[in-house]
Amino acid sequence: MYDLAALYEANSVAEAVSLRLAHPEAQILAGGTDVFVQMREGKRAGKALISIYGIDALRGVTLEEDGTIRIGSLTSFSHITKDPIIQKYINVLGQAVDMVGGPQIRNAGTIGGNTCNGVTSADSASTLFAWDAIVELTGSSGVRRLPIQDFYIKAGVVDIRPDEIQTAILIPKAAYEGYFGHYIKYAMREAMDIATTGCSVNVKLSEDKKAIEDVRIAYGVAGPIPMRAGTAEALAKGQAVSAETISSFAKAVLEDIHPRDSWRASKAFREHIAVELARRCLTQSILLAGGAL
Amino acid sequence: MAQFKEIHCTINGKSVTTVVDVRASLTDMLRNDFRLTSVKKGCEVGECGACNVIIDGECFNSCLYLAAWADGKEIRTLEGLLGPNGELSDIQQAFVDEAAIQCGFCTPGFIMTAVEILESGKRYSDEELRKLLSGHLCRCTGYENILRAVRKTMEKRLAAREN
Repeated sequence: MYDLAALYEANSVAEAVSLRLAHPEAQILAGGTDVFVQMREGKRAGKALISIYGIDALRGVTLEEDGTIRIGSLTSFSHITKDPIIQKYINVLGQAVDMVGGPQIRNAGTIGGNTCNGVTSADSASTLFAWDAIVELTGSSGVRRLPIQDFYIKAGVVDIRPDEIQTAILIPKAAYEGYFGHYIKYAMREAMDIATTGCSVNVKLSEDKKAIEDVRIAYGVAGPIPMRAGTAEALAKGQAVSAETISSFAKAVLEDIHPRDSWRASKAFREHIAVELARRCLTQSILLAGGAL
Repeated sequence: MAQFKEIHCTINGKSVTTVVDVRASLTDMLRNDFRLTSVKKGCEVGECGACNVIIDGECFNSCLYLAAWADGKEIRTLEGLLGPNGELSDIQQAFVDEAAIQCGFCTPGFIMTAVEILESGKRYSDEELRKLLSGHLCRCTGYENILRAVRKTMEKRLAAREN
């Protein structure tokens, strides 16, 4: 038995919105792999829950007419990894969410829940930051879309209004076309672990594959919320594909990130790892994009 | 105030209707209402995999799954693998033969994951199998015997299909 005060089940987005308005004290429940754990730990004990897990309309990945990749918020990690659209255009996202927990957790956990939790270590978050993802929220007055960087407010807090639920994550065509990316999760174990630091990079090379036309890098656990490293991005943009570019790009991430000491790892160690992950992720991304090093 | 929900689902091929307390996990329901005690209560926070069952063809830790969500679902537990007279299935026998069991607490969960692996009909490398089995903790066997039991059954079934 879970220590929950009441359960309200929504089978449609409209139903979820009216339940949100009717029960402002209740918390949203998706796949349950974090909510139930926190309930057991006592953090969410005694709370009422609005389960949106039954809204099948929020499952699946589709390609919209303008080329936007639409990931329904309740799509499980394993379904994202297996999805042909994801594999074709943003395979790195499928790889990143394939590192969450273990197989059963990846069948239950959802990308919407992973982002709405607002935690910095979410395996999906750094890749979504790096791909300029848009978060779609639906409330009583309609649909609201905002860049994922604005969705995260502070540790554990995201921009969901009292009448809203997250309904999709969108990756616009301009954000993925021609880009290739790589994610590394640095953790103590190969499964059932939380990232010490995670790094996601993607790159678009010039036609001759000799220069970096655009590069984006994002981290998890390099600060209270996932973040981009803008200084490093600006420094490498337009530069020649070379070991020197990669090396200065990697060092520059220290201008942007601010990890902390925690029981998982020290700040100094995280900074060291962050530079190394940036180097490896950019190298791999360049190779995936057809560049030579 | 207690809150209940009537649910209809299929458990090990049998269609059932039951009334659940909405606070119940699927583990609670399977153990208490249906006496399917192969579904173990281990960590109850999704770490150990002892409560693993197959829901609509995919493995889930039933400790992190509401009984109320089982409505309309097809659920399989280890009990569903037995033959009409309690005969062991190939994967269960392989666990016995390879000494992949000691205390047995993790075994039903492991075997249900193995069932999902085997029913995919694919051939996996050892590295892939390790990853597929990584959602389970075993404190007795050191995992090698478990890996061997799954690999052996996979090869047997694939060979049977090819012939």
